[in-house]
Amino acid sequence: MSTEVAIVGIGMHEFGRTEGVSGMEQGVIAVRRACADAGVKWEDVQFAFGGSAAAGAADTMVSQLGLTGLQFINVANGCATGGSALFSAYNTIRSGVFDLGIAIGFDKHERGAFRVDTRGAGLGNWYGASGLALTTQFFGMKINRYMHEYGISHSTLGKVSEKAFRNGSMNPMAWRRKPISEQEALDSLMLSYPLTQYMFCSPGEGGVALILARADKAHLYTDKPIFLNAAVVRSRRFGSFEVLAPSIALEHNAGPTVDSSKAAFEMAGIGPEDIDLAQLQDTEAGAEVMHMAENGFCEHGEQEFMIQAGETEIGGKFPVNTDGGCLANGEPIGASGLRQVYENVLQLRGQAGARQVPNDPKVAYTHVYGAPGISGVTILSR
Amino acid sequence: MAQVPVTEGVFTWPSETPQLIGSRCVACGNHMFPVQAGCPKCTGEKTEQVLLGRRGTLWTWTVQGFPPKAPPYAGDVDPKTFKAFGVGYVELPGQIKVEARLTEADPEKLKIGMEMELVIVPLSTDASGNEVVTFAFAPVA
Repeated sequence: MSTEVAIVGIGMHEFGRTEGVSGMEQGVIAVRRACADAGVKWEDVQFAFGGSAAAGAADTMVSQLGLTGLQFINVANGCATGGSALFSAYNTIRSGVFDLGIAIGFDKHERGAFRVDTRGAGLGNWYGASGLALTTQFFGMKINRYMHEYGISHSTLGKVSEKAFRNGSMNPMAWRRKPISEQEALDSLMLSYPLTQYMFCSPGEGGVALILARADKAHLYTDKPIFLNAAVVRSRRFGSFEVLAPSIALEHNAGPTVDSSKAAFEMAGIGPEDIDLAQLQDTEAGAEVMHMAENGFCEHGEQEFMIQAGETEIGGKFPVNTDGGCLANGEPIGASGLRQVYENVLQLRGQAGARQVPNDPKVAYTHVYGAPGISGVTILSR
Repeated sequence: MAQVPVTEGVFTWPSETPQLIGSRCVACGNHMFPVQAGCPKCTGEKTEQVLLGRRGTLWTWTVQGFPPKAPPYAGDVDPKTFKAFGVGYVELPGQIKVEARLTEADPEKLKIGMEMELVIVPLSTDASGNEVVTFAFAPVA
């Protein structure tokens, strides 16, 4: 039987734009805050997995944190970088190699839509030259097709943004903290039909660190351990519809989100009905809608009623993206997936302040999705 | 002004009736675009070049409403003169869904399921003064 794993400390550097502080420094600050939260010293940390997409090699942080000789492995896995660091840390403890370690993600991106390195993404130069190398186009096309098939309305997309910005206004770590209305979201600049400016998240900055320990030693660090019941990463299978794809197969496959979700539920031995709240990848408003169904929380098309009825609000039946999600926090790629876990730890500890989900939530879910068709899921419980 | 293709080997050029150049898996018949050597469906290692159909139906679409970053984009990125352009996937019967620019950018005129045909469109002017062209799909009138 493998060793169980608990999250015993969490740290975060504010998301958004922090002039004069590098992405790496934001990661260092997150690590220090996580160590303080767990009451451990950096020299107690036995191993680290960390990564960023655009802010440097994580293992060079040790020159600021202290040269303790720990095992430090860099992770680079696109939008699943944070999730992959967590997956690796989780399994390192489960395997019994180490007792206490840290997963770190941080980033700092230039303004505007992500500039795609077509060659690095395995695509010809003609693809970018022709104006096709924009991740935003994929999101517009996926939700446009989905709205056509399942009857999701423009109003529902606006309501997702409205909720995200409202939740963000209650989150001192969030980038966007000014509420906007559904109508303001619908009326903002159309970037990639049917998605407007306020329906898209922006590349941003931030850092998150999570300290993991053997569950049977968690009491040494915290009186509120949060147990990691599943951590899964999956890539795409043939026939799925993914970002930056010059072509897709005629036959349809559900995609990596569905696969990682099923695997995570199997690993945890529970089902979607057992989840009290979820952080779902909301690169844009439509993604949150589609990911509700892809992760098994409803049937395709049911989101229209659920969102219009307010079920995904913090006080609703199934709260989604309680910290404002990517829409309010922005997306520093390396840190984004760990930000979701950070929020769930706060919620399960009962420390989420103004945005605390009522009735003492016990089980929480995270989901990331990104290029070139990768998804990561975690399930946490207290 | 001479016309030059944005790349070789992705669409037939010059051609009165342009076609996209793809691959077909020798083992399972799966179609791929652009050309590639291995099959993602059956893991087969042998593919042959094939010209894809010129007509299909619009599977989904969006409109690129802001100037893409340059590089990699080769077209107009001046916010004052930039014109929004359509992007979509066109389902080529029996073959594959391909991503392309669309000649239509008006959401009122784009409908999932509409009939589309491959055309060659101007993209930019290169340093030598040549007109660079790429492929796009146009609604069939």
